[in-house]
Amino acid sequence: MTADPGTGSPEPGPEHSPEQVIADVLADLPRHRGVVVDSPPGAGKSTLVVRAAAHLAATGEPLMIVAQTNEQVDDLVVRICDKHPHLTVGRLSAGAYAPPPRLLELAGVRVGTRVQDLGDPDIVIATADKWAWIGDRKWPWAIVDEAYQMRSDKLLRIAGLFERALFVGDPGQLDPFSIVDGDRWSGLSWDPLQSAVSVLLRHNPDLPVHRLPVSWRLPATAAPVVSRAFYPFTGFRSGTGPDERRMELVTGGLGTPHDRALEEAARSGWALLELPERHTVRTDGEAVRAVALLAERLLQRGAVAGSEQGERPVTADRIAVGAAHRDQVAAIRAAGLPPEITVDTANRLQGREYDVTIVLHPLSGRRDATAFHLESGRLCVLASRHRHACVVVARAGIAELLDAHPSAEPVQLGVPVKFPDGWEANQAVLEHLSRHRVRADRG
Amino acid sequence: MSLLTSLARLRALDEGIAQPVATVRHCHLSARPMVFVPLRLSGEAAAPLAAMLGDDRDRPRLLVVPQPRNRDLRFAWAAELAGVLLPYVESFTADTETVERRGGDPYERALDAPQLVVPNTGGVAFTRLLGRSTRFRRADGPYPVPESVPLLGRWLTYFAERAAYPGSSLTLAATEELGRHWASGQSGLEDGNLASLVAWITEGPREEAEDPLVWPPAGPATDPGFDAEVLAPAIDSGSAERVTEALRTQLAPTWRLMWQALDLLAGLEPGASVAQRWEQDRASFSAMAESVAEGGPPQPRRDGAVAAAARLARMERAQAAYEVQRAYDDPLVMAEYRLTGEAFAGEVVETVPDNAEGEGRSRKLRPLVVIKTDDPVLLPPGTALGTPERRAQGGELVEAHEGLVTVKITKGMGRGKTAAPGTVPDVGERVCYTSLTGDFQGSPGLPDAEATPWTHGGPPQQYVPDDEDAQEEWS
Repeated sequence: MTADPGTGSPEPGPEHSPEQVIADVLADLPRHRGVVVDSPPGAGKSTLVVRAAAHLAATGEPLMIVAQTNEQVDDLVVRICDKHPHLTVGRLSAGAYAPPPRLLELAGVRVGTRVQDLGDPDIVIATADKWAWIGDRKWPWAIVDEAYQMRSDKLLRIAGLFERALFVGDPGQLDPFSIVDGDRWSGLSWDPLQSAVSVLLRHNPDLPVHRLPVSWRLPATAAPVVSRAFYPFTGFRSGTGPDERRMELVTGGLGTPHDRALEEAARSGWALLELPERHTVRTDGEAVRAVALLAERLLQRGAVAGSEQGERPVTADRIAVGAAHRDQVAAIRAAGLPPEITVDTANRLQGREYDVTIVLHPLSGRRDATAFHLESGRLCVLASRHRHACVVVARAGIAELLDAHPSAEPVQLGVPVKFPDGWEANQAVLEHLSRHRVRADRG
Repeated sequence: MSLLTSLARLRALDEGIAQPVATVRHCHLSARPMVFVPLRLSGEAAAPLAAMLGDDRDRPRLLVVPQPRNRDLRFAWAAELAGVLLPYVESFTADTETVERRGGDPYERALDAPQLVVPNTGGVAFTRLLGRSTRFRRADGPYPVPESVPLLGRWLTYFAERAAYPGSSLTLAATEELGRHWASGQSGLEDGNLASLVAWITEGPREEAEDPLVWPPAGPATDPGFDAEVLAPAIDSGSAERVTEALRTQLAPTWRLMWQALDLLAGLEPGASVAQRWEQDRASFSAMAESVAEGGPPQPRRDGAVAAAARLARMERAQAAYEVQRAYDDPLVMAEYRLTGEAFAGEVVETVPDNAEGEGRSRKLRPLVVIKTDDPVLLPPGTALGTPERRAQGGELVEAHEGLVTVKITKGMGRGKTAAPGTVPDVGERVCYTSLTGDFQGSPGLPDAEATPWTHGGPPQQYVPDDEDAQEEWS
């Protein structure tokens, strides 16, 4: 274990209440050119963004908000208008973008492709890609959402647009990537393949970094696991106690491995459905069928989730299926799931929340463990989308595979060591899952 | 490794001979390539030991550093290398064509460009290091070097940078190019051995390919046995001739392999997009030659923040375009995408060439094509499609159901009431559609280097050549 006793307990102390952190962030804003807020999964990042937006807009100075995808932008617009209906919001978009109906219903929102078309709103919001095309204007304030998923070259294109900025994001999720080899720049403080926050902090090491200490999404069964595996030095706790989240399956099971896995997940929040060991192609038919069957049985058995938000049935739109590769996603979609169930790659599940997730383990059936599959962020995203339970489908033998493939990436000079190590995080999650293992029949 | 490549490798192992993974050649081959086989002193990062090079297979030039630990001799070697390489490069600058640009001034583009061919990726890396260690030297000040050396450094740096540029053929690594066209039955690491890879392609695996006495390593590292038993005594003897002859035995076999590798590649027809990419190479070469002629500074040691972002954007665009072009040029590459559900091929069973959407003035011609395919189509409706058979055409997937795919043609079918003849495939024609398309958005602008924002460290310092440059270690 690399956990360093000197860094203190990963459990944040009582002095770090979420309210206090938000107050500290807002107080720091006028004092610094940039403020960074790290937010573990489901820790109220969007709430913070909305509050900070209202806080800055209240000063009367215009504000720009940067998010990474159109869905994230739309989500933020809806949340801001919901909480602060008096604010006017301009939503910048590319020409091909069609605003969803939920956006058009909002009174204070204007959609346009040019800043001039928006009138003079309190807040202008767009994706980083869209902002890169905007010039000739400087905003006193900016909020950059999902800043850890933003590549620093994108920040370079838009940093001239604002004086000061609040950067919010989750450091444990997937790093930005490129289709070309970026070794040439590794070690440079402005490496374009690093995240916007890493580059920002390397050039401005004095900027304050705050951490949101409580995950409201992850249940008490998941927060310690995810915190230990992926946030070893900056842990967080769950906002709900051990008995506040419950999941029950209404109808009885048939005793099949799939049903037993679902029962284990309902009881403990985790389950590992382990298929017989085999090296397979990426779109492992057996694993794909297992994933589809789990989703189907979960719906058939009528799960009901009870939480601080009350009791509600786990409907198809509250279920997500996650995988590492796009072809796996396509194969799972083609396996006949109801269209309301979200099936997507880790990259695209980032920032989303569901009651139950079913995950095809990135290392299932593989012969090797590449840097792509070992990236801690991939597993972290997949293992931290759920409010109630997470069921992982994997072939046996991943522990042995990991042992045979220790991380062997060359060490580059001047590159800050990244924690947690993906290999170790994978082992930690696997070890936890092994306590919730259900073996599928040998076939 | 893709499924198809894995299969090809298994089949290669089974049949004892490499299997093609491409039906056309995806790199340009120069009529007059400069084959360059460099060797490095073992234990040193960038100390040259020897190089065999030339553009005539019957007359290789052998350049040797008789005592590789002697700085002066190394620079003398670099000057000799410049004496071969620079005239070769400059021979391409004279003949140019004028190219008109939309929204820009016309520029001069070389009709042909140099091509550096090295044995492997190690050769590229060594070229880069040689360039790095020579381009900041000066002919005056402390530790002066011959005048041609810094210029050589700039060209070597340029060639090494182009090797990393997706789709460029200005610098080829023989093992890489062969590996892009054939799958051997050995591991990727073993494919880095030129002798072994050529053997797999031509007559099947031979054990002697790994015997350094028969096939010495293709560099830049030398065989340790040779180092200890032959090279060290030769250097100690102080006889330049003895060192030269010893190194000739190490380089001559690789020299023959290099030309054999080029012959193998020349046996393939060039892909349809190769000429287009070579045109970009020629333009790049002309820009570099112009920068040299105008006395511009050497390439910086590191990219600044803005330069790095600009280069990354160019390379990502080139990579994406290269992948699309390869698939469009080569059905075997396209097959990879058919396997992953990103492309499908089949026979046209029905067409509606005059299908239209909208009424009156907003009426838009949208011919429909129904294709029967055995491929697994995993594309959702609404996906934009392109087709290698009609490259100017754009389409959209309407629906895919039980092996029948309906495609709506949205671009490249003429403006008439019905589709122009030939633009809609006929019933019975075999076609392929894919979600890979060459439509890339331009990338947004970057700030000027002087306007680098505070998030990226602010404006960089200007490079001013000084005597410090000469103090750098050579190796």
